[in-house]
Amino acid sequence: MSESARDRSIDVLDARGLICPLPVIRTQQRIESLADGALLDVLATDPGTLHDVPAWCRVHGHEVVETHRNGRDIRVRVRVRRAI
Amino acid sequence: MLAAKVVIDEGVHVEGLNFFTGFCVEGHTHAIRSSDAHKPKRNNALWVAEQLGIKLHIVDISDEYKDIVLNPKHGYGAHLNPCLDCKIFMVNRALAWGFMRDNGFDFIITGEVVGQRPKSQRKDTMPLIARESGADDRLLRPLTALNLPPSLPEREGWVNREHLYGFHGRNRKPQIELAHRFGFTEYSQPAGGCCFLTDEKYSAKLADLWHARGERDYSLDDIMLLKVGRHLRPEKHFKLIVGRDDGENNFLEGYRKRFVHLRTVSHEGPLTLIDGTPNANDLDLAARLAARYSQGRDADAVVVTAHHPNGVVEQFAVAPFPAHRIPAAWHV
Repeated sequence: MSESARDRSIDVLDARGLICPLPVIRTQQRIESLADGALLDVLATDPGTLHDVPAWCRVHGHEVVETHRNGRDIRVRVRVRRAI
Repeated sequence: MLAAKVVIDEGVHVEGLNFFTGFCVEGHTHAIRSSDAHKPKRNNALWVAEQLGIKLHIVDISDEYKDIVLNPKHGYGAHLNPCLDCKIFMVNRALAWGFMRDNGFDFIITGEVVGQRPKSQRKDTMPLIARESGADDRLLRPLTALNLPPSLPEREGWVNREHLYGFHGRNRKPQIELAHRFGFTEYSQPAGGCCFLTDEKYSAKLADLWHARGERDYSLDDIMLLKVGRHLRPEKHFKLIVGRDDGENNFLEGYRKRFVHLRTVSHEGPLTLIDGTPNANDLDLAARLAARYSQGRDADAVVVTAHHPNGVVEQFAVAPFPAHRIPAAWHV
Protein backbone atom coordinates (compact mmCIF):
# COMPACT_ATOMS: atom_id res chain seq x y z
CA MET A 1 0.00 0.00 0.00
CA SER A 2 1.37 3.43 -0.89
CA GLU A 3 1.97 6.01 1.82
CA SER A 4 -0.94 8.19 0.62
CA ALA A 5 -3.32 5.23 0.53
CA ARG A 6 -2.25 4.31 4.02
CA ASP A 7 -2.76 7.90 5.19
CA ARG A 8 -6.29 7.90 3.83
CA SER A 9 -7.08 4.88 6.00
CA ILE A 10 -6.05 6.64 9.21
CA ASP A 11 -8.94 7.86 11.32
CA VAL A 12 -8.36 11.28 12.88
CA LEU A 13 -9.63 12.46 16.26
CA ASP A 14 -9.32 16.20 16.79
CA ALA A 15 -8.95 16.76 20.54
CA ARG A 16 -7.13 20.08 20.22
CA GLY A 17 -8.13 22.59 22.86
CA LEU A 18 -9.37 19.86 25.21
CA ILE A 19 -7.72 19.31 28.55
CA CYS A 20 -6.95 15.89 29.95
CA PRO A 21 -8.66 13.59 30.58
CA LEU A 22 -10.99 14.64 27.75
CA PRO A 23 -8.56 13.63 24.95
CA VAL A 24 -8.31 10.20 26.61
CA ILE A 25 -12.10 9.93 26.95
CA ARG A 26 -12.58 10.87 23.30
CA THR A 27 -9.89 8.37 22.26
CA GLN A 28 -11.59 5.66 24.31
CA GLN A 29 -14.95 6.44 22.71
CA ARG A 30 -13.56 6.51 19.16
CA ILE A 31 -11.61 3.29 19.54
CA GLU A 32 -14.77 1.48 20.63
CA SER A 33 -16.00 1.78 17.04
CA LEU A 34 -12.72 0.82 15.32
CA ALA A 35 -11.70 -2.63 14.21
CA ASP A 36 -8.58 -4.56 15.14
CA GLY A 37 -5.59 -3.13 13.27
CA ALA A 38 -7.20 0.26 12.55
CA LEU A 39 -5.05 3.35 12.93
CA LEU A 40 -6.14 6.45 14.79
CA ASP A 41 -4.35 9.79 14.93
CA VAL A 42 -5.19 11.73 18.08
CA LEU A 43 -4.52 15.45 17.62
CA ALA A 44 -4.22 17.42 20.86
CA THR A 45 -2.72 20.48 22.47
CA ASP A 46 -2.67 19.43 26.14
CA PRO A 47 0.84 18.14 26.92
CA GLY A 48 -0.76 15.61 29.29
CA THR A 49 -1.99 13.78 26.18
CA LEU A 50 1.56 12.62 25.50
CA HIS A 51 1.43 10.67 28.76
CA ASP A 52 -2.22 9.82 29.18
CA VAL A 53 -3.14 8.42 25.75
CA PRO A 54 -0.11 6.07 25.68
CA ALA A 55 -0.87 5.04 29.31
CA TRP A 56 -4.50 4.32 28.42
CA CYS A 57 -3.33 2.33 25.38
CA ARG A 58 -0.92 0.29 27.51
CA VAL A 59 -3.60 -0.74 30.02
CA HIS A 60 -6.00 -1.68 27.22
CA GLY A 61 -3.45 -3.41 25.01
CA HIS A 62 -3.53 -0.98 22.08
CA GLU A 63 -0.29 -0.04 20.33
CA VAL A 64 1.12 3.47 20.24
CA VAL A 65 2.81 3.61 16.85
CA GLU A 66 4.37 7.03 17.34
CA THR A 67 4.06 10.31 19.19
CA HIS A 68 4.92 13.64 17.64
CA ARG A 69 5.06 17.15 19.03
CA ASN A 70 5.52 20.35 17.08
CA GLY A 71 5.23 23.34 19.40
CA ARG A 72 1.78 23.08 20.99
CA ASP A 73 0.53 20.57 18.44
CA ILE A 74 0.62 16.94 19.50
CA ARG A 75 -0.17 13.84 17.50
CA VAL A 76 -0.38 10.34 18.94
CA ARG A 77 -0.86 7.53 16.41
CA VAL A 78 -2.56 4.46 17.85
CA ARG A 79 -3.09 1.04 16.30
CA VAL A 80 -6.18 -0.65 17.69
CA ARG A 81 -5.51 -4.08 19.14
CA ARG A 82 -8.37 -6.35 20.10
CA ALA A 83 -7.76 -9.38 22.26
CA ILE A 84 -8.73 -12.53 20.33
CA MET B 1 -5.20 1.65 44.78
CA LEU B 2 -4.94 -0.24 48.09
CA ALA B 3 -8.55 -1.44 48.06
CA ALA B 4 -8.17 -2.75 44.52
CA LYS B 5 -4.88 -4.44 45.37
CA VAL B 6 -6.43 -6.22 48.38
CA VAL B 7 -9.15 -7.68 46.17
CA ILE B 8 -6.81 -8.49 43.25
CA ASP B 9 -4.73 -10.51 45.72
CA GLU B 10 -7.86 -12.55 46.46
CA GLY B 11 -7.71 -13.73 42.84
CA VAL B 12 -10.58 -11.52 41.68
CA HIS B 13 -10.56 -9.88 38.23
CA VAL B 14 -10.73 -6.14 38.86
CA GLU B 15 -11.13 -3.24 36.43
CA GLY B 16 -11.01 0.43 37.37
CA LEU B 17 -13.55 3.17 36.77
CA ASN B 18 -12.62 6.82 36.91
CA PHE B 19 -15.39 9.38 36.62
CA PHE B 20 -14.85 12.73 34.91
CA THR B 21 -17.15 15.31 36.51
CA GLY B 22 -15.56 18.45 35.09
CA PHE B 23 -14.51 19.48 38.59
CA CYS B 24 -11.48 17.19 38.78
CA VAL B 25 -8.41 19.06 39.97
CA GLU B 26 -5.94 16.60 38.60
CA GLY B 27 -4.42 17.34 35.27
CA HIS B 28 -6.27 20.51 34.41
CA THR B 29 -4.48 23.13 36.45
CA HIS B 30 -1.21 21.31 35.92
CA ALA B 31 -1.81 21.35 32.19
CA ILE B 32 -2.71 25.02 32.16
CA ARG B 33 -0.46 26.90 34.55
CA SER B 34 3.13 27.58 33.55
CA SER B 35 4.14 27.50 37.22
CA ASP B 36 3.03 23.87 37.35
CA ALA B 37 5.12 22.92 34.31
CA HIS B 38 7.49 20.89 36.49
CA LYS B 39 4.68 18.72 37.86
CA PRO B 40 4.13 15.35 36.19
CA LYS B 41 1.41 15.55 33.53
CA ARG B 42 0.27 12.02 34.17
CA ASN B 43 -3.27 11.01 35.01
CA ASN B 44 -3.02 9.39 38.44
CA ALA B 45 -5.89 6.97 37.86
CA LEU B 46 -4.18 5.65 34.74
CA TRP B 47 -0.89 5.51 36.56
CA VAL B 48 -2.47 3.46 39.36
CA ALA B 49 -4.07 1.12 36.82
CA GLU B 50 -0.67 0.52 35.28
CA GLN B 51 0.88 -0.21 38.67
CA LEU B 52 -1.89 -2.71 39.39
CA GLY B 53 -1.92 -4.18 35.88
CA ILE B 54 -5.66 -3.60 35.44
CA LYS B 55 -7.79 -1.90 32.80
CA LEU B 56 -9.10 1.56 33.59
CA HIS B 57 -12.21 3.06 32.02
CA ILE B 58 -12.62 6.83 32.21
CA VAL B 59 -16.30 7.69 32.16
CA ASP B 60 -17.54 11.16 31.27
CA ILE B 61 -20.41 11.94 33.64
CA SER B 62 -20.08 15.71 33.40
CA ASP B 63 -23.58 16.21 31.93
CA GLU B 64 -25.50 14.08 34.41
CA TYR B 65 -23.35 15.29 37.28
CA LYS B 66 -24.81 18.76 36.94
CA ASP B 67 -27.98 17.65 38.67
CA ILE B 68 -25.90 16.39 41.61
CA VAL B 69 -24.15 19.75 41.93
CA LEU B 70 -27.30 21.82 41.52
CA ASN B 71 -29.73 19.72 43.54
CA PRO B 72 -27.93 17.60 46.12
CA LYS B 73 -30.53 15.69 48.11
CA HIS B 74 -28.20 15.44 51.08
CA GLY B 75 -26.88 18.99 50.84
CA TYR B 76 -23.41 20.43 50.55
CA GLY B 77 -20.28 20.02 52.63
CA ALA B 78 -18.23 23.01 53.77
CA HIS B 79 -18.44 24.58 50.30
CA LEU B 80 -20.36 23.55 47.18
CA ASN B 81 -19.22 19.94 47.51
CA PRO B 82 -22.14 17.51 47.38
CA CYS B 83 -19.95 14.65 48.65
CA LEU B 84 -22.64 12.27 49.83
CA ASP B 85 -24.80 12.60 46.72
CA CYS B 86 -21.63 12.36 44.63
CA LYS B 87 -20.63 9.04 46.21
CA ILE B 88 -24.15 7.63 45.80
CA PHE B 89 -24.22 8.73 42.16
CA MET B 90 -20.80 7.29 41.33
CA VAL B 91 -21.48 3.94 42.99
CA ASN B 92 -24.78 3.82 41.13
CA ARG B 93 -23.02 4.55 37.85
CA ALA B 94 -20.40 1.91 38.62
CA LEU B 95 -23.20 -0.55 39.28
CA ALA B 96 -24.88 0.27 35.97
CA TRP B 97 -21.58 0.15 34.09
CA GLY B 98 -20.48 -3.12 35.63
CA PHE B 99 -23.72 -4.97 35.15
CA MET B 100 -24.39 -3.63 31.67
CA ARG B 101 -21.10 -5.10 30.41
CA ASP B 102 -21.38 -8.33 28.46
CA ASN B 103 -19.31 -10.33 30.90
CA GLY B 104 -20.81 -8.67 33.95
CA PHE B 105 -19.15 -7.80 37.23
CA ASP B 106 -20.29 -9.17 40.56
CA PHE B 107 -19.47 -6.38 42.97
CA ILE B 108 -18.05 -2.91 43.40
CA ILE B 109 -14.97 -1.92 45.40
CA THR B 110 -14.27 1.50 46.85
CA GLY B 111 -11.42 2.72 49.02
CA GLU B 112 -13.67 4.35 51.61
CA VAL B 113 -12.78 4.17 55.30
CA VAL B 114 -15.23 4.74 58.16
CA GLY B 115 -14.58 8.10 59.79
CA GLN B 116 -12.14 9.31 57.15
CA ARG B 117 -14.30 12.08 55.75
CA PRO B 118 -16.75 14.20 57.73
CA LYS B 119 -19.80 13.69 55.52
CA SER B 120 -19.55 10.82 53.08
CA GLN B 121 -17.46 8.38 55.10
CA ARG B 122 -19.22 8.16 58.44
CA LYS B 123 -20.49 5.02 60.11
CA ASP B 124 -24.06 6.16 59.43
CA THR B 125 -23.62 7.45 55.89
CA MET B 126 -21.67 4.54 54.43
CA PRO B 127 -24.66 2.15 54.61
CA LEU B 128 -26.78 4.95 53.14
CA ILE B 129 -24.47 5.11 50.11
CA ALA B 130 -24.80 1.35 49.64
CA ARG B 131 -28.58 1.54 49.95
CA GLU B 132 -29.34 4.64 47.88
CA SER B 133 -26.91 3.71 45.10
CA GLY B 134 -28.72 0.41 44.67
CA ALA B 135 -25.49 -1.54 45.20
CA ASP B 136 -26.56 -2.71 48.69
CA ASP B 137 -24.34 -5.58 49.79
CA ARG B 138 -22.58 -5.71 46.43
CA LEU B 139 -20.51 -2.75 47.64
CA LEU B 140 -17.27 -3.86 49.30
CA ARG B 141 -14.94 -1.51 51.16
CA PRO B 142 -11.92 -3.75 51.73
CA LEU B 143 -9.98 -1.25 53.85
CA THR B 144 -12.72 -0.83 56.44
CA ALA B 145 -14.79 -4.00 55.91
CA LEU B 146 -14.26 -5.23 59.45
CA ASN B 147 -16.18 -2.20 60.73
CA LEU B 148 -19.19 -3.09 58.59
CA PRO B 149 -21.50 -6.08 58.23
CA PRO B 150 -20.20 -8.77 55.82
CA SER B 151 -20.99 -7.90 52.22
CA LEU B 152 -22.11 -10.35 49.53
CA PRO B 153 -18.58 -11.06 48.22
CA GLU B 154 -17.50 -11.90 51.77
CA ARG B 155 -20.52 -14.10 52.48
CA GLU B 156 -20.16 -15.89 49.14
CA GLY B 157 -16.45 -16.48 49.79
CA TRP B 158 -15.36 -14.55 46.70
CA VAL B 159 -13.04 -12.70 49.08
CA ASN B 160 -11.89 -13.85 52.47
CA ARG B 161 -13.11 -11.47 55.19
CA GLU B 162 -10.08 -12.38 57.27
CA HIS B 163 -7.88 -10.81 54.59
CA LEU B 164 -9.72 -7.48 54.77
CA TYR B 165 -9.04 -4.53 57.07
CA GLY B 166 -10.69 -2.51 59.80
CA PHE B 167 -9.15 0.90 59.24
CA HIS B 168 -11.09 3.83 60.64
CA GLY B 169 -10.66 7.53 61.27
CA ARG B 170 -8.63 10.22 59.62
CA ASN B 171 -5.23 8.79 60.45
CA ARG B 172 -3.61 7.57 57.21
CA LYS B 173 -0.74 5.71 58.87
CA PRO B 174 -2.34 2.24 58.46
CA GLN B 175 -2.88 2.90 54.74
CA ILE B 176 0.69 4.12 54.34
CA GLU B 177 1.99 1.03 56.15
CA LEU B 178 -0.13 -1.20 53.93
CA ALA B 179 1.17 0.59 50.84
CA HIS B 180 4.72 -0.14 51.97
CA ARG B 181 3.81 -3.76 52.64
CA PHE B 182 2.52 -4.01 49.06
CA GLY B 183 5.78 -2.47 47.85
CA PHE B 184 4.18 0.78 46.67
CA THR B 185 6.79 3.48 47.13
CA GLU B 186 4.77 6.11 45.31
CA TYR B 187 1.07 6.79 45.66
CA SER B 188 -1.29 9.65 44.97
CA GLN B 189 -2.02 12.28 47.57
CA PRO B 190 -4.42 10.99 50.23
CA ALA B 191 -8.02 12.16 49.92
CA GLY B 192 -9.34 15.67 49.59
CA GLY B 193 -7.99 18.08 47.04
CA CYS B 194 -9.16 16.01 44.07
CA CYS B 195 -12.35 17.98 43.46
CA PHE B 196 -12.57 21.73 42.89
CA LEU B 197 -15.92 21.85 44.67
CA THR B 198 -14.13 21.30 47.99
CA ASP B 199 -12.07 24.43 47.32
CA GLU B 200 -13.39 27.56 49.01
CA LYS B 201 -12.20 29.98 46.33
CA TYR B 202 -13.50 27.85 43.47
CA SER B 203 -16.88 27.44 45.14
CA ALA B 204 -17.05 31.22 45.62
CA LYS B 205 -16.46 31.70 41.89
CA LEU B 206 -19.20 29.22 41.03
CA ALA B 207 -21.61 30.91 43.44
CA ASP B 208 -20.71 34.28 41.90
CA LEU B 209 -21.47 32.90 38.43
CA TRP B 210 -24.91 31.75 39.54
CA HIS B 211 -25.63 35.04 41.29
CA ALA B 212 -24.56 37.13 38.29
CA ARG B 213 -26.63 35.10 35.84
CA GLY B 214 -29.62 34.88 38.12
CA GLU B 215 -29.83 31.10 37.79
CA ARG B 216 -28.07 28.06 39.15
CA ASP B 217 -26.69 26.49 36.00
CA TYR B 218 -23.36 26.00 34.25
CA SER B 219 -21.75 24.61 31.13
CA LEU B 220 -18.55 22.58 30.97
CA ASP B 221 -16.77 25.64 29.57
CA ASP B 222 -18.00 27.73 32.52
CA ILE B 223 -16.51 25.39 35.08
CA MET B 224 -13.27 25.03 33.12
CA LEU B 225 -12.86 28.80 32.97
CA LEU B 226 -13.44 29.08 36.73
CA LYS B 227 -10.20 27.12 37.16
CA VAL B 228 -8.17 29.60 35.17
CA GLY B 229 -7.01 33.18 35.62
CA ARG B 230 -7.75 36.08 37.90
CA HIS B 231 -11.51 36.80 38.03
CA LEU B 232 -12.68 40.37 38.67
CA ARG B 233 -16.30 41.41 38.69
CA PRO B 234 -16.71 45.21 38.74
CA GLU B 235 -20.44 44.94 37.92
CA LYS B 236 -23.01 42.19 38.12
CA HIS B 237 -23.37 42.09 34.33
CA PHE B 238 -19.75 41.46 33.44
CA LYS B 239 -16.50 40.06 34.78
CA LEU B 240 -12.93 39.87 33.58
CA ILE B 241 -10.86 36.72 33.36
CA VAL B 242 -7.21 37.74 33.23
CA GLY B 243 -4.50 35.21 32.39
CA ARG B 244 -1.83 34.97 35.07
CA ASP B 245 0.93 33.43 32.98
CA ASP B 246 1.69 32.17 29.49
CA GLY B 247 0.06 28.81 30.18
CA GLU B 248 -3.21 30.44 31.20
CA ASN B 249 -3.05 32.92 28.32
CA ASN B 250 -2.67 30.00 25.90
CA PHE B 251 -5.66 28.27 27.45
CA LEU B 252 -7.79 31.42 27.29
CA GLU B 253 -6.82 31.87 23.61
CA GLY B 254 -9.00 28.85 22.91
CA TYR B 255 -12.05 30.81 24.13
CA ARG B 256 -11.29 34.23 22.62
CA LYS B 257 -13.69 33.91 19.69
CA ARG B 258 -16.65 33.43 22.03
CA PHE B 259 -15.96 36.41 24.28
CA VAL B 260 -15.14 40.07 23.97
CA HIS B 261 -11.42 39.97 24.72
CA LEU B 262 -8.76 42.54 25.43
CA ARG B 263 -5.11 42.74 24.43
CA THR B 264 -2.57 45.31 25.51
CA VAL B 265 -0.84 46.55 22.37
CA SER B 266 1.71 49.07 23.57
CA HIS B 267 3.02 46.86 26.36
CA GLU B 268 3.22 43.14 26.96
CA GLY B 269 0.28 41.90 28.91
CA PRO B 270 -2.14 39.07 29.54
CA LEU B 271 -5.11 38.04 27.46
CA THR B 272 -8.32 39.18 29.16
CA LEU B 273 -11.74 37.69 28.43
CA ILE B 274 -14.90 39.56 29.34
CA ASP B 275 -17.75 37.31 30.40
CA GLY B 276 -21.09 39.12 30.25
CA THR B 277 -22.52 42.10 28.41
CA PRO B 278 -20.22 45.11 28.85
CA ASN B 279 -21.29 48.55 27.57
CA ALA B 280 -18.91 51.23 26.30
CA ASN B 281 -18.13 52.53 29.79
CA ASP B 282 -17.56 49.00 31.02
CA LEU B 283 -15.10 48.39 28.19
CA ASP B 284 -13.13 51.47 29.19
CA LEU B 285 -12.96 50.25 32.78
CA ALA B 286 -12.04 46.75 31.62
CA ALA B 287 -9.27 48.15 29.43
CA ARG B 288 -7.87 50.09 32.41
CA LEU B 289 -7.92 46.92 34.49
CA ALA B 290 -6.24 44.91 31.72
CA ALA B 291 -3.60 47.64 31.52
CA ARG B 292 -3.00 47.33 35.25
CA TYR B 293 -1.95 43.70 34.77
CA SER B 294 0.34 44.52 31.82
CA GLN B 295 3.97 45.59 31.74
CA GLY B 296 2.65 49.12 31.33
CA ARG B 297 1.06 49.21 34.77
CA ASP B 298 3.22 52.22 35.75
CA ALA B 299 2.94 54.01 32.40
CA ASP B 300 0.78 57.09 31.84
CA ALA B 301 -1.16 55.32 29.11
CA VAL B 302 -1.47 51.84 27.68
CA VAL B 303 -3.00 51.05 24.30
CA VAL B 304 -5.57 48.29 24.56
CA THR B 305 -7.62 46.64 21.83
CA ALA B 306 -11.07 45.18 22.43
CA HIS B 307 -11.99 42.36 20.06
CA HIS B 308 -15.68 41.56 19.66
CA PRO B 309 -16.94 38.14 18.56
CA ASN B 310 -18.41 39.77 15.41
CA GLY B 311 -14.89 40.79 14.30
CA VAL B 312 -15.11 44.48 15.32
CA VAL B 313 -11.95 45.75 16.98
CA GLU B 314 -11.86 48.92 19.09
CA GLN B 315 -8.71 50.61 20.33
CA PHE B 316 -8.31 52.62 23.54
CA ALA B 317 -5.44 54.52 25.12
CA VAL B 318 -6.13 54.27 28.83
CA ALA B 319 -4.52 55.06 32.15
CA PRO B 320 -3.87 51.81 34.01
CA PHE B 321 -6.21 51.32 36.96
CA PRO B 322 -4.17 51.85 40.15
CA ALA B 323 -3.74 48.54 41.93
CA HIS B 324 -4.59 50.00 45.34
CA ARG B 325 -7.90 51.32 44.03
CA ILE B 326 -9.22 47.94 42.88
CA PRO B 327 -11.87 47.11 45.50
CA ALA B 328 -11.31 43.78 47.21
CA ALA B 329 -14.94 42.92 46.48
CA TRP B 330 -14.19 42.88 42.73
CA HIS B 331 -11.88 39.89 43.19
CA VAL B 332 -14.10 36.85 42.89
